[in-house]
Amino acid sequence: MSIRILIVDDEPDFIETMVKRFTFRKMPVTAATSGIEALTLLETESFDVVIMDVRMPGKDGIETLKEIKKRAPLTEVIMLTGHASVESGMRGMSLGAYDYVLKPVDFEELLDKVRKAYERKQLNEGRHSAD
Amino acid sequence: MMRQEDYKRLRLKIIATILAFSFVPLLVLGVTIHVKTESVYVGKVYGNLRTLVENKKTTIDLFLNERISQLTTLAFTETFEQLSDQGYLEKAFAILQIHSKSFLDLQVIDQDGDTVAYCGPYNLQDVNYAQEPWFAMAMARGLYVSDVFLGFRKYPHFIIAVTRREGGRSWILRAAIDSDIFDSLVRSVHLGATGDAFLINADNVLQTRPRFEYSVLDEISFPRFARFSGSRVEEFSVKGKTSLYALAWLDNTDWLLVIKDDPREELSPLYRARWLLGFILLGGMLVITGGAVFITNSMVGQLVRSEREKAALDASLTQSSKMAALGKLAAGVAHEVNNPLAIILEKAGWMRDLLSEEDIKASPNFKEYEDALQKIEFHVRRAKDVTHRMLGFARRMEPLRDDVNVNILLDQTKSFLENEAGFRGIKIVTDYNKWLPCITSDASQLQQVFLNILDNAIDAIDRDGVITVTTRHDSEAAAVVISIADTGKGMSKEMTEKIFDPFFTTKKVGEGTGLGLSISYSIIEKLGGTIALKSTEGKGTTFTISLPVKSRG
Repeated sequence: MSIRILIVDDEPDFIETMVKRFTFRKMPVTAATSGIEALTLLETESFDVVIMDVRMPGKDGIETLKEIKKRAPLTEVIMLTGHASVESGMRGMSLGAYDYVLKPVDFEELLDKVRKAYERKQLNEGRHSAD
Repeated sequence: MMRQEDYKRLRLKIIATILAFSFVPLLVLGVTIHVKTESVYVGKVYGNLRTLVENKKTTIDLFLNERISQLTTLAFTETFEQLSDQGYLEKAFAILQIHSKSFLDLQVIDQDGDTVAYCGPYNLQDVNYAQEPWFAMAMARGLYVSDVFLGFRKYPHFIIAVTRREGGRSWILRAAIDSDIFDSLVRSVHLGATGDAFLINADNVLQTRPRFEYSVLDEISFPRFARFSGSRVEEFSVKGKTSLYALAWLDNTDWLLVIKDDPREELSPLYRARWLLGFILLGGMLVITGGAVFITNSMVGQLVRSEREKAALDASLTQSSKMAALGKLAAGVAHEVNNPLAIILEKAGWMRDLLSEEDIKASPNFKEYEDALQKIEFHVRRAKDVTHRMLGFARRMEPLRDDVNVNILLDQTKSFLENEAGFRGIKIVTDYNKWLPCITSDASQLQQVFLNILDNAIDAIDRDGVITVTTRHDSEAAAVVISIADTGKGMSKEMTEKIFDPFFTTKKVGEGTGLGLSISYSIIEKLGGTIALKSTEGKGTTFTISLPVKSRG
């Protein structure tokens, strides 16, 4: 299954490991270390699922989420938050994120969510093409 | 908060001020009213007496004047010759008597003192008065009024003598007047029980008979008064008794009219008023004092209550701000810790991934790697639990609003722990109010609290004990009260003050995070309720949770 994944987080060690693990499972993954970088990438590439940290310097997760939903609304976004308030996660949901996960992340759980998000995207795409 | 003595002093100060401000005007008013009224009243009494004595004096003077006029008219309209005739005199006398019965007799006396004619009941035909002192006086002055005396007639009377000069000779027309008339004139003053009235002459010899004690012509001990015009009212003592005396000298004779009045009688209404005033003043002062004490007590009581409430509020605010500060700290720490934890977990996971593929399965250290990685992941997850709980502690999510049946919720929670309790010989007894109303609240958060407290209760007892769960409805406060009492080891006073603090635990390291009760406290507060505890070391602890039936806000 080749779900195109974009990971956005400002912690380089975290990003590096996530990329390695997804690649190990033969899932194409791209990394961005900031919201701006993510949006720049989105201009040229399209992704199925975006995994994004809520708290980042510069453009934070919520702002980036809004932009993503504007430019590529069918792209599913999973929010990661190590931040104290689950509020941002909930806010993200209301802004269109697929789900939110508290750090530290259980990888299997995350994988599961990615798969489900992909399924939803395909469903939505199917509907669109039917229109 | 002020100490007991301070409150007492405040109370006394307030009462003293109120009393001072009310008593002083009250007393001033009372005294002023009394003094003014007294002076007016006394003035009236004196005025009345003065009027009385003047009226009486006028009456008596009028009477005397009339008699004198009658005689004078008679003496100057008739001649000596005419009146010397006995028969004529008798006729004249009869006419006199028509006007006034007080004429006792009538005499015509010549300038030698011989009785020329006499008309009357006594035998005075041959009496000569030349030697009598009055004779000379009458001859000299033309008119003479005597004092009362008994004289030949043995009967109190006085005489009026009128001298007429008629063609070279003088003669006297003399009449005796019954002094009884004075008695009745004088005594007809209505003077109450002890009042009196009498006439005395310049030597204090009674001319009339007073009501009490003396008879006419007695000399009484009485102060001497020089002749004065008009009337006087004075208060003085005679023979040890003080009375009011109204005095007036008669015009026609040297007689003093004395009206005696008992000041006590006259002034008794005033004295009664004085007593009444005193009573009212006293009563008023008592009422004011009572009112002052009552008001002060309720004021100070209110003050005490307000200060107590404020102290309680301060305490709860301190607790809340402590909680808030710690909440922020916890959140900050959690966030800073979660990121490194996430990385550690991923790295370990990555190593696991690699291990699953590598052919180092044969290597002797493989088992060690796998084991180590497993442990790493386990403990990271353990750390994650702590941080997530801490985040839960700091969370500011709005609680759900649902209808919750507390009894059912408690039963559910009880069922989670029944096995554990059973193993340890701990009985959980329930005593629910069957008609407990449902409350608007968040069931899962409440369950977290109940679970936490029941858990603590079990740990406190350890082995063999009883946990009693009670629910009650406080209709006055519109609240539901849940109490969980254990027969465990209890806690000291210091511990009860710290028990809700985050990270405070009495358990060994690793057995408890110390967050349970502080989270419970936070939850109950957000649900609009209160949580409190009572504990006796060695006997047990009771947690009491009160939740409003209707959610506030």
